[in-house]
Amino acid sequence: MLKEDCASELKVHLAKSLPLPSNVNRPRIDLIVFVVNLHSQHSLRNVEESLHHVDASFFLGKVSFLATGAGQESHCSVHRNTVVKLAHTYRSPLLFCDLEVEGFRTTMAQRLVRMLQICAGHVPGVSALNLLSLLRSTENPSLEDL
Amino acid sequence: MRRDPAGDVGRSQEMDETVAEFFRRTILKIPITEMMTVLKAWDFLSENHLQTVNFRQRKESLVQDLVLLCEEKRASLNDAALLDIIYTQFHRHQKVWDVFQMSRRPGEDIDLFDMEQFKSSFKKILQRALKNVTVSFRDTEENAVWIRIAWGTQYRKPNQYKPVYVVYYSQTPYAFVASSLLKSNLPLLGQALTVASKHHQIVKMDLRSRYLDSLKAIVFKQYNQNFETHNSTTPLQERSLGLDINMDSRIIHENRVEKERIQRVTQEIFGDYPQPRLEFAQYKLETKFKSDLNRGILAEREEPLRCLVKFSSPHLLEALKSLAPAGIADAPLSPLLTCIPNKGMNYFKIRDK
Repeated sequence: MLKEDCASELKVHLAKSLPLPSNVNRPRIDLIVFVVNLHSQHSLRNVEESLHHVDASFFLGKVSFLATGAGQESHCSVHRNTVVKLAHTYRSPLLFCDLEVEGFRTTMAQRLVRMLQICAGHVPGVSALNLLSLLRSTENPSLEDL
Repeated sequence: MRRDPAGDVGRSQEMDETVAEFFRRTILKIPITEMMTVLKAWDFLSENHLQTVNFRQRKESLVQDLVLLCEEKRASLNDAALLDIIYTQFHRHQKVWDVFQMSRRPGEDIDLFDMEQFKSSFKKILQRALKNVTVSFRDTEENAVWIRIAWGTQYRKPNQYKPVYVVYYSQTPYAFVASSLLKSNLPLLGQALTVASKHHQIVKMDLRSRYLDSLKAIVFKQYNQNFETHNSTTPLQERSLGLDINMDSRIIHENRVEKERIQRVTQEIFGDYPQPRLEFAQYKLETKFKSDLNRGILAEREEPLRCLVKFSSPHLLEALKSLAPAGIADAPLSPLLTCIPNKGMNYFKIRDK
Protein backbone atom coordinates (compact mmCIF):
# COMPACT_ATOMS: atom_id res chain seq x y z
CA MET A 1 0.00 0.00 0.00
CA LEU A 2 2.83 2.34 0.80
CA LYS A 3 4.09 1.99 -2.76
CA GLU A 4 0.94 3.58 -4.12
CA ASP A 5 0.98 7.24 -5.03
CA CYS A 6 -1.08 9.01 -2.48
CA ALA A 7 -1.42 12.73 -1.94
CA SER A 8 -1.99 12.29 1.77
CA GLU A 9 0.39 10.91 4.31
CA LEU A 10 -0.22 7.23 4.75
CA LYS A 11 0.77 5.21 7.81
CA VAL A 12 0.17 1.53 8.38
CA HIS A 13 -0.15 0.04 11.84
CA LEU A 14 0.34 -3.69 12.04
CA ALA A 15 -1.09 -5.54 14.99
CA LYS A 16 -1.42 -9.19 15.84
CA SER A 17 -4.69 -8.66 17.67
CA LEU A 18 -6.77 -6.05 19.46
CA PRO A 19 -6.88 -4.24 21.77
CA LEU A 20 -3.81 -2.18 20.93
CA PRO A 21 -1.37 -1.33 23.69
CA SER A 22 -2.83 1.67 25.46
CA ASN A 23 0.29 3.54 26.48
CA VAL A 24 1.05 4.84 22.99
CA ASN A 25 0.05 8.06 21.23
CA ARG A 26 -1.46 7.35 17.90
CA PRO A 27 -2.85 9.41 15.07
CA ARG A 28 -6.52 8.87 14.22
CA ILE A 29 -7.25 5.48 12.72
CA ASP A 30 -9.27 5.75 9.53
CA LEU A 31 -9.60 2.17 8.37
CA ILE A 32 -9.27 -1.21 10.05
CA VAL A 33 -8.67 -4.21 7.83
CA PHE A 34 -9.04 -7.57 9.54
CA VAL A 35 -7.00 -10.16 7.71
CA VAL A 36 -8.27 -13.72 8.00
CA ASN A 37 -6.08 -16.53 6.76
CA LEU A 38 -8.46 -19.20 5.53
CA HIS A 39 -5.78 -21.80 6.22
CA SER A 40 -5.90 -21.18 9.95
CA GLN A 41 -8.69 -21.53 12.48
CA HIS A 42 -6.44 -19.63 14.85
CA SER A 43 -6.55 -16.65 12.51
CA LEU A 44 -10.34 -16.61 12.45
CA ARG A 45 -10.67 -16.93 16.21
CA ASN A 46 -8.18 -14.13 16.70
CA VAL A 47 -10.15 -11.81 14.45
CA GLU A 48 -13.45 -12.74 16.12
CA GLU A 49 -12.04 -11.86 19.52
CA SER A 50 -10.40 -8.67 18.32
CA LEU A 51 -13.70 -7.46 16.87
CA HIS A 52 -15.12 -7.16 20.37
CA HIS A 53 -12.63 -4.41 21.12
CA VAL A 54 -13.63 -2.17 18.24
CA ASP A 55 -15.79 0.84 18.94
CA ALA A 56 -19.19 0.67 17.24
CA SER A 57 -18.59 3.86 15.25
CA PHE A 58 -15.95 2.12 13.16
CA PHE A 59 -18.54 -0.21 11.71
CA LEU A 60 -20.01 2.65 9.71
CA GLY A 61 -17.70 1.99 6.83
CA LYS A 62 -14.31 2.04 8.51
CA VAL A 63 -13.92 -1.69 8.92
CA SER A 64 -13.20 -4.20 6.21
CA PHE A 65 -12.39 -7.90 6.11
CA LEU A 66 -9.73 -9.40 3.90
CA ALA A 67 -9.64 -13.14 3.42
CA THR A 68 -6.47 -14.69 2.06
CA GLY A 69 -5.62 -18.22 1.00
CA ALA A 70 -8.80 -19.04 -0.92
CA GLY A 71 -6.74 -20.05 -3.94
CA GLN A 72 -5.34 -23.12 -2.20
CA GLU A 73 -8.58 -24.88 -1.43
CA SER A 74 -6.91 -27.98 -0.06
CA HIS A 75 -5.21 -25.96 2.69
CA CYS A 76 -8.35 -24.14 3.78
CA SER A 77 -9.64 -25.08 7.18
CA VAL A 78 -11.99 -22.11 7.39
CA HIS A 79 -14.98 -22.29 5.10
CA ARG A 80 -15.62 -19.37 2.79
CA ASN A 81 -19.14 -19.06 4.12
CA THR A 82 -17.85 -18.57 7.63
CA VAL A 83 -16.10 -15.33 6.73
CA VAL A 84 -19.03 -14.27 4.57
CA LYS A 85 -21.30 -14.65 7.60
CA LEU A 86 -18.84 -12.83 9.80
CA ALA A 87 -18.65 -9.87 7.46
CA HIS A 88 -22.41 -9.86 7.14
CA THR A 89 -22.85 -9.87 10.92
CA TYR A 90 -20.65 -6.81 11.21
CA ARG A 91 -22.20 -5.16 8.16
CA SER A 92 -18.78 -4.65 6.63
CA PRO A 93 -17.35 -5.43 3.21
CA LEU A 94 -15.39 -8.62 2.61
CA LEU A 95 -12.58 -8.77 0.12
CA PHE A 96 -10.81 -11.87 -1.09
CA CYS A 97 -7.17 -11.69 -2.05
CA ASP A 98 -4.39 -14.23 -2.09
CA LEU A 99 -1.70 -12.06 -0.56
CA GLU A 100 0.99 -14.46 -1.71
CA VAL A 101 0.41 -13.54 -5.35
CA GLU A 102 2.09 -10.31 -6.31
CA GLY A 103 -0.42 -9.24 -8.97
CA PHE A 104 -3.41 -9.68 -6.66
CA ARG A 105 -1.56 -7.97 -3.87
CA THR A 106 -0.90 -4.85 -5.94
CA THR A 107 -4.51 -4.60 -7.07
CA MET A 108 -5.80 -5.06 -3.55
CA ALA A 109 -3.37 -2.45 -2.26
CA GLN A 110 -4.77 0.04 -4.75
CA ARG A 111 -8.33 -0.69 -3.67
CA LEU A 112 -7.47 -0.33 -0.01
CA VAL A 113 -5.70 2.97 -0.57
CA ARG A 114 -8.80 4.31 -2.36
CA MET A 115 -11.01 3.06 0.47
CA LEU A 116 -8.67 4.62 2.99
CA GLN A 117 -8.74 7.99 1.29
CA ILE A 118 -12.52 7.97 1.35
CA CYS A 119 -12.66 6.85 4.98
CA ALA A 120 -10.23 9.59 5.96
CA GLY A 121 -12.46 12.13 4.29
CA HIS A 122 -9.91 13.07 1.65
CA VAL A 123 -12.22 12.47 -1.28
CA PRO A 124 -14.72 15.28 -1.65
CA GLY A 125 -18.35 14.21 -1.90
CA VAL A 126 -17.88 10.63 -0.74
CA SER A 127 -17.96 9.53 2.89
CA ALA A 128 -17.18 6.19 4.47
CA LEU A 129 -20.89 5.59 4.92
CA ASN A 130 -21.57 6.33 1.24
CA LEU A 131 -18.94 3.85 0.28
CA LEU A 132 -20.41 1.25 2.57
CA SER A 133 -23.86 1.47 1.06
CA LEU A 134 -22.37 1.44 -2.44
CA LEU A 135 -20.47 -1.73 -1.69
CA ARG A 136 -23.44 -3.35 -0.10
CA SER A 137 -25.75 -2.90 -3.01
CA THR A 138 -23.61 -5.24 -5.10
CA GLU A 139 -24.24 -8.09 -2.67
CA ASN A 140 -26.29 -11.00 -3.85
CA PRO A 141 -29.73 -10.66 -2.23
CA SER A 142 -29.69 -14.31 -1.19
CA LEU A 143 -26.94 -13.48 1.30
CA GLU A 144 -29.60 -11.84 3.47
CA ASP A 145 -30.85 -15.34 4.20
CA LEU A 146 -27.63 -16.29 5.98
CA MET B 1 27.40 -60.44 -26.16
CA ARG B 2 30.87 -59.33 -27.12
CA ARG B 3 33.11 -62.25 -26.39
CA ASP B 4 36.38 -63.26 -27.94
CA PRO B 5 35.95 -66.97 -28.81
CA ALA B 6 39.60 -67.67 -28.26
CA GLY B 7 39.42 -66.20 -24.81
CA ASP B 8 36.86 -68.73 -23.60
CA VAL B 9 39.57 -71.13 -22.59
CA GLY B 10 40.85 -68.75 -19.94
CA ARG B 11 37.33 -68.07 -18.64
CA SER B 12 36.93 -71.07 -16.42
CA GLN B 13 35.08 -68.98 -13.86
CA GLU B 14 32.39 -67.05 -15.59
CA MET B 15 30.47 -64.68 -13.46
CA ASP B 16 27.51 -66.29 -11.79
CA GLU B 17 24.21 -65.27 -13.38
CA THR B 18 22.79 -64.02 -10.12
CA VAL B 19 25.87 -61.91 -9.48
CA ALA B 20 25.70 -60.46 -12.98
CA GLU B 21 22.05 -59.62 -12.41
CA PHE B 22 22.93 -58.03 -9.07
CA PHE B 23 25.53 -55.88 -10.81
CA ARG B 24 23.05 -54.90 -13.47
CA ARG B 25 20.36 -53.87 -10.99
CA THR B 26 22.79 -52.02 -8.76
CA ILE B 27 24.31 -50.02 -11.61
CA LEU B 28 20.86 -49.36 -13.03
CA LYS B 29 19.84 -47.64 -9.79
CA ILE B 30 22.57 -45.03 -10.17
CA PRO B 31 21.33 -41.84 -11.85
CA ILE B 32 23.24 -40.98 -15.03
CA THR B 33 24.37 -37.68 -13.53
CA GLU B 34 26.11 -39.50 -10.70
CA MET B 35 27.43 -42.45 -12.65
CA MET B 36 31.00 -41.22 -13.07
CA THR B 37 31.27 -40.04 -9.46
CA VAL B 38 30.01 -43.29 -8.02
CA LEU B 39 32.16 -45.48 -10.27
CA LYS B 40 35.23 -43.44 -9.41
CA ALA B 41 34.48 -43.79 -5.71
CA TRP B 42 34.12 -47.53 -6.21
CA ASP B 43 37.54 -47.60 -7.80
CA PHE B 44 37.16 -51.07 -9.24
CA LEU B 45 37.18 -49.95 -12.85
CA SER B 46 40.21 -47.80 -13.62
CA GLU B 47 40.24 -44.59 -15.69
CA ASN B 48 41.41 -46.56 -18.70
CA HIS B 49 38.59 -49.05 -18.36
CA LEU B 50 36.00 -46.31 -18.02
CA GLN B 51 37.32 -44.58 -21.12
CA THR B 52 36.42 -47.60 -23.22
CA VAL B 53 32.75 -47.12 -22.41
CA ASN B 54 30.47 -44.68 -24.16
CA PHE B 55 28.68 -42.74 -21.43
CA ARG B 56 26.48 -40.88 -23.84
CA GLN B 57 24.41 -43.83 -24.96
CA ARG B 58 21.01 -44.85 -23.63
CA LYS B 59 21.13 -45.97 -20.01
CA GLU B 60 20.19 -49.61 -20.59
CA SER B 61 23.00 -50.00 -23.13
CA LEU B 62 25.45 -48.19 -20.88
CA VAL B 63 24.58 -50.48 -17.99
CA GLN B 64 24.98 -53.53 -20.19
CA ASP B 65 28.45 -52.37 -21.27
CA LEU B 66 29.46 -51.72 -17.69
CA VAL B 67 28.26 -55.14 -16.55
CA LEU B 68 30.25 -56.79 -19.33
CA LEU B 69 33.29 -54.81 -18.27
CA CYS B 70 32.82 -56.03 -14.70
CA GLU B 71 32.55 -59.60 -15.96
CA GLU B 72 35.74 -59.22 -17.95
CA LYS B 73 37.54 -57.89 -14.89
CA ARG B 74 36.23 -60.79 -12.79
CA ALA B 75 34.30 -58.68 -10.37
CA SER B 76 33.08 -60.67 -7.40
CA LEU B 77 29.96 -60.55 -5.27
CA ASN B 78 31.98 -58.60 -2.73
CA ASP B 79 32.80 -55.94 -5.31
CA ALA B 80 29.12 -55.66 -6.13
CA ALA B 81 28.26 -55.35 -2.44
CA LEU B 82 30.82 -52.57 -2.12
CA LEU B 83 29.23 -50.74 -5.05
CA ASP B 84 25.88 -51.11 -3.31
CA ILE B 85 27.32 -49.57 -0.14
CA ILE B 86 28.67 -46.61 -2.11
CA TYR B 87 25.33 -46.08 -3.82
CA THR B 88 23.61 -46.13 -0.44
CA GLN B 89 26.13 -43.67 0.98
CA PHE B 90 25.23 -41.27 -1.81
CA HIS B 91 21.51 -41.90 -1.24
CA ARG B 92 21.39 -42.37 2.49
CA HIS B 93 18.19 -40.34 2.71
CA GLN B 94 16.28 -43.08 0.92
CA LYS B 95 16.50 -45.22 4.02
CA VAL B 96 15.03 -44.69 7.46
CA TRP B 97 17.68 -44.94 10.18
CA ASP B 98 17.23 -46.19 13.73
CA VAL B 99 19.74 -45.40 16.45
CA PHE B 100 21.19 -47.98 18.81
CA GLN B 101 23.24 -47.30 21.89
CA MET B 102 25.62 -49.80 23.41
CA SER B 103 26.96 -49.85 26.91
CA ARG B 104 29.62 -51.58 28.89
CA ARG B 105 29.46 -52.98 32.39
CA PRO B 106 30.57 -50.37 34.91
CA GLY B 107 34.28 -50.59 35.50
CA GLU B 108 34.92 -52.74 32.45
CA ASP B 109 38.30 -52.29 30.82
CA ILE B 110 38.23 -50.61 27.46
CA ASP B 111 40.99 -51.90 25.22
CA LEU B 112 42.20 -49.86 22.32
CA PHE B 113 39.78 -50.34 19.48
CA ASP B 114 41.05 -52.42 16.58
CA MET B 115 38.96 -51.98 13.46
CA GLU B 116 40.20 -55.11 11.73
CA GLN B 117 39.56 -57.22 14.79
CA PHE B 118 36.06 -55.76 15.05
CA LYS B 119 35.27 -56.56 11.44
CA SER B 120 36.55 -60.11 11.58
CA SER B 121 34.78 -60.79 14.87
CA PHE B 122 31.51 -59.30 13.59
CA LYS B 123 31.62 -61.36 10.43
CA LYS B 124 32.46 -64.59 12.28
CA ILE B 125 29.56 -64.20 14.69
CA LEU B 126 27.07 -63.77 11.87
CA GLN B 127 28.53 -66.57 9.78
CA ARG B 128 28.52 -68.97 12.69
CA ALA B 129 24.86 -68.32 13.37
CA LEU B 130 23.65 -68.13 9.78
CA LYS B 131 25.48 -70.11 7.19
CA ASN B 132 24.20 -67.92 4.40
CA VAL B 133 25.08 -64.30 4.96
CA THR B 134 27.06 -61.73 2.98
CA VAL B 135 28.92 -59.19 5.06
CA SER B 136 30.82 -56.28 3.52
CA PHE B 137 32.61 -53.31 5.05
CA ARG B 138 33.67 -49.86 3.95
CA ASP B 139 35.67 -47.57 6.21
CA THR B 140 34.84 -43.88 6.25
CA GLU B 141 36.15 -40.84 8.07
CA GLU B 142 35.63 -40.22 11.77
CA ASN B 143 36.62 -43.81 12.57
CA ALA B 144 33.34 -45.05 11.20
CA VAL B 145 32.55 -48.16 9.24
CA TRP B 146 29.61 -48.88 6.95
CA ILE B 147 28.52 -52.50 7.14
CA ARG B 148 26.27 -54.15 4.61
CA ILE B 149 24.57 -57.43 5.52
CA ALA B 150 22.54 -59.56 3.14
CA TRP B 151 20.59 -62.18 5.03
CA GLY B 152 19.84 -65.73 4.01
CA THR B 153 18.68 -68.75 5.98
CA GLN B 154 20.12 -72.17 6.61
CA TYR B 155 18.81 -73.31 3.27
CA ARG B 156 18.56 -70.19 1.14
CA LYS B 157 21.26 -67.98 -0.30
CA PRO B 158 21.37 -64.39 0.93
CA ASN B 159 18.85 -62.00 -0.56
CA GLN B 160 21.03 -59.24 -2.01
CA TYR B 161 18.08 -56.99 -2.62
CA LYS B 162 17.03 -56.51 1.00
CA PRO B 163 20.28 -55.74 2.79
CA VAL B 164 20.64 -54.12 6.18
CA TYR B 165 23.09 -51.25 6.60
CA VAL B 166 24.86 -50.44 9.83
CA VAL B 167 26.99 -47.36 10.36
CA TYR B 168 29.12 -47.76 13.46
CA TYR B 169 31.20 -44.94 14.92
CA SER B 170 33.91 -46.86 16.70
CA GLN B 171 34.90 -44.09 19.10
CA THR B 172 31.34 -43.89 20.36
CA PRO B 173 28.75 -46.37 21.64
CA TYR B 174 26.39 -45.53 18.78
CA ALA B 175 25.36 -47.46 15.71
CA PHE B 176 22.85 -46.39 13.08
CA VAL B 177 20.83 -49.08 11.38
CA ALA B 178 18.78 -48.71 8.23
CA SER B 179 15.51 -50.38 9.09
CA SER B 180 15.10 -53.73 7.51
CA LEU B 181 11.87 -55.56 6.97
CA LEU B 182 13.36 -58.67 8.51
CA LYS B 183 12.78 -57.87 12.18
CA SER B 184 13.71 -61.40 13.16
CA ASN B 185 17.36 -60.78 12.39
CA LEU B 186 17.65 -57.75 14.61
CA PRO B 187 18.61 -59.61 17.83
CA LEU B 188 21.40 -61.44 16.03
CA LEU B 189 22.65 -58.18 14.55
CA GLY B 190 22.60 -56.57 17.97
CA GLN B 191 24.53 -59.43 19.44
CA ALA B 192 27.18 -59.35 16.73
CA LEU B 193 27.66 -55.60 17.13
CA THR B 194 27.85 -55.75 20.89
CA VAL B 195 30.26 -58.65 21.15
CA ALA B 196 32.53 -57.55 18.31
CA SER B 197 32.84 -54.04 19.73
CA LYS B 198 33.39 -55.37 23.26
CA HIS B 199 30.23 -53.97 24.76
CA HIS B 200 27.82 -55.64 27.11
CA GLN B 201 24.42 -54.44 26.06
CA ILE B 202 22.62 -52.77 23.20
CA VAL B 203 19.47 -50.69 23.38
CA LYS B 204 17.34 -49.20 20.64
CA MET B 205 16.81 -45.49 21.13
CA ASP B 206 13.49 -43.82 20.44
CA LEU B 207 15.01 -41.83 17.65
CA ARG B 208 14.41 -42.36 13.97
CA SER B 209 14.87 -40.30 10.81
CA ARG B 210 15.94 -40.41 7.18
CA TYR B 211 18.65 -37.88 7.80
CA LEU B 212 21.66 -39.74 9.07
CA ASP B 213 23.71 -36.58 9.49
CA SER B 214 20.99 -35.03 11.63
CA LEU B 215 20.80 -38.14 13.80
CA LYS B 216 24.56 -37.94 14.23
CA ALA B 217 24.35 -34.29 15.21
CA ILE B 218 21.69 -35.01 17.79
CA VAL B 219 23.35 -38.03 19.30
CA PHE B 220 26.87 -36.58 19.35
CA LYS B 221 25.47 -33.28 20.64
CA GLN B 222 26.91 -31.38 17.71
CA TYR B 223 23.74 -29.67 16.61
CA ASN B 224 24.41 -26.42 18.36
CA GLN B 225 27.14 -25.53 15.97
CA ASN B 226 26.71 -24.46 12.41
CA PHE B 227 26.32 -27.82 10.81
CA GLU B 228 25.43 -28.95 7.34
CA THR B 229 21.76 -29.62 6.82
CA HIS B 230 20.58 -31.46 3.75
CA ASN B 231 18.46 -28.56 2.55
CA SER B 232 19.45 -25.16 3.73
CA THR B 233 16.34 -23.52 5.06
CA THR B 234 15.97 -19.78 5.33
CA PRO B 235 14.59 -18.79 8.71
CA LEU B 236 11.03 -17.62 8.57
CA GLN B 237 11.09 -13.86 8.25
CA GLU B 238 8.49 -11.46 7.08
CA ARG B 239 8.84 -11.28 3.36
CA SER B 240 10.30 -8.00 2.34
CA LEU B 241 7.70 -7.22 -0.37
CA GLY B 242 9.97 -4.61 -1.92
CA LEU B 243 10.03 -2.47 1.21
CA ASP B 244 11.97 -3.35 4.28
CA ILE B 245 9.07 -3.94 6.56
CA ASN B 246 11.17 -3.34 9.61
CA MET B 247 12.76 -0.12 8.49
CA ASP B 248 10.06 1.97 6.82
CA SER B 249 8.95 4.55 9.34
CA ARG B 250 5.45 4.62 7.93
CA ILE B 251 4.86 1.10 9.21
CA ILE B 252 4.23 0.88 12.91
CA HIS B 253 4.33 -2.47 14.65
CA GLU B 254 1.87 -2.25 17.47
CA ASN B 255 2.97 -5.49 19.08
CA ARG B 256 6.68 -4.81 18.85
CA VAL B 257 7.31 -5.61 22.51
CA GLU B 258 5.51 -8.93 22.31
CA LYS B 259 7.19 -9.74 19.00
CA GLU B 260 10.58 -9.12 20.51
CA ARG B 261 9.76 -11.31 23.48
CA ILE B 262 8.76 -14.13 21.18
CA GLN B 263 11.97 -13.79 19.16
CA ARG B 264 14.00 -13.84 22.33
CA VAL B 265 12.26 -16.88 23.81
CA THR B 266 12.47 -18.75 20.51
CA GLN B 267 16.14 -18.00 20.25
CA GLU B 268 16.77 -19.12 23.81
CA ILE B 269 15.12 -22.44 23.17
CA PHE B 270 16.20 -23.18 19.61
CA GLY B 271 19.40 -21.21 19.27
CA ASP B 272 20.71 -19.42 16.22
CA TYR B 273 21.93 -22.46 14.37
CA PRO B 274 20.09 -24.59 11.79
CA GLN B 275 18.13 -27.38 13.43
CA PRO B 276 18.86 -31.05 12.79
CA ARG B 277 16.44 -32.52 10.33
CA LEU B 278 13.70 -34.87 11.46
CA GLU B 279 10.44 -35.72 9.76
CA PHE B 280 8.33 -36.99 12.64
CA ALA B 281 7.60 -36.66 16.29
CA GLN B 282 5.23 -39.23 17.68
CA TYR B 283 3.56 -39.18 21.09
CA LYS B 284 1.81 -42.25 22.38
CA LEU B 285 -0.50 -41.11 25.15
CA GLU B 286 -1.89 -43.39 27.81
CA THR B 287 -3.40 -40.90 30.15
CA LYS B 288 -6.65 -40.45 31.95
CA PHE B 289 -9.02 -37.92 30.53
CA LYS B 290 -8.83 -34.53 32.24
CA SER B 291 -11.53 -31.96 31.90
CA ASP B 292 -12.43 -28.65 33.50
CA LEU B 293 -16.03 -28.90 32.33
CA ASN B 294 -18.85 -31.00 33.74
CA ARG B 295 -17.91 -34.57 34.26
CA GLY B 296 -19.01 -36.33 31.10
CA ILE B 297 -18.74 -39.93 29.99
CA LEU B 298 -15.05 -39.68 29.25
CA ALA B 299 -14.22 -38.16 32.61
CA GLU B 300 -15.75 -41.13 34.41
CA ARG B 301 -13.49 -43.65 32.73
CA GLU B 302 -11.06 -45.31 35.09
CA GLU B 303 -8.76 -46.71 32.45
CA PRO B 304 -6.42 -44.41 30.60
CA LEU B 305 -7.29 -43.36 27.08
CA ARG B 306 -4.94 -44.46 24.35
CA CYS B 307 -4.16 -41.88 21.78
CA LEU B 308 -1.45 -41.32 19.20
CA VAL B 309 -0.39 -37.85 18.15
CA LYS B 310 2.03 -37.56 15.27
CA PHE B 311 3.62 -34.40 13.96
CA SER B 312 5.13 -34.61 10.49
CA SER B 313 6.99 -32.10 8.39
CA PRO B 314 9.74 -32.01 5.79
CA HIS B 315 11.81 -30.34 8.51
CA LEU B 316 10.05 -30.71 11.84
CA LEU B 317 12.35 -28.75 14.13
CA GLU B 318 12.58 -25.72 11.83
CA ALA B 319 8.81 -25.78 11.52
CA LEU B 320 8.40 -25.83 15.31
CA LYS B 321 10.92 -23.02 15.61
CA SER B 322 8.89 -20.86 13.23
CA LEU B 323 5.50 -21.44 14.92
CA ALA B 324 5.69 -18.71 17.55
CA PRO B 325 7.23 -16.03 15.32
CA ALA B 326 4.54 -16.78 12.74
CA GLY B 327 1.86 -16.14 15.35
CA ILE B 328 0.45 -19.65 15.17
CA ALA B 329 1.48 -20.75 18.64
CA ASP B 330 2.35 -19.15 21.93
CA ALA B 331 5.91 -18.91 23.08
CA PRO B 332 7.39 -20.80 24.84
CA LEU B 333 6.27 -24.03 23.17
CA SER B 334 5.49 -27.13 25.15
CA PRO B 335 8.65 -28.75 26.49
CA LEU B 336 7.43 -32.01 24.98
CA LEU B 337 8.21 -30.50 21.60
CA THR B 338 11.32 -28.54 22.44
CA CYS B 339 13.12 -31.35 24.26
CA ILE B 340 13.53 -33.46 21.14
CA PRO B 341 17.16 -32.75 20.23
CA ASN B 342 18.22 -32.48 23.84
CA LYS B 343 16.76 -35.80 24.84
CA GLY B 344 17.63 -37.44 21.55
CA MET B 345 14.12 -38.80 21.14
CA ASN B 346 11.34 -38.34 18.67
CA TYR B 347 9.13 -41.19 19.81
CA PHE B 348 7.54 -40.65 23.21
CA LYS B 349 5.31 -42.66 25.51
CA ILE B 350 3.42 -40.52 27.94
CA ARG B 351 1.68 -41.96 30.95
CA ASP B 352 0.17 -40.44 34.05
CA LYS B 353 2.68 -40.26 36.82
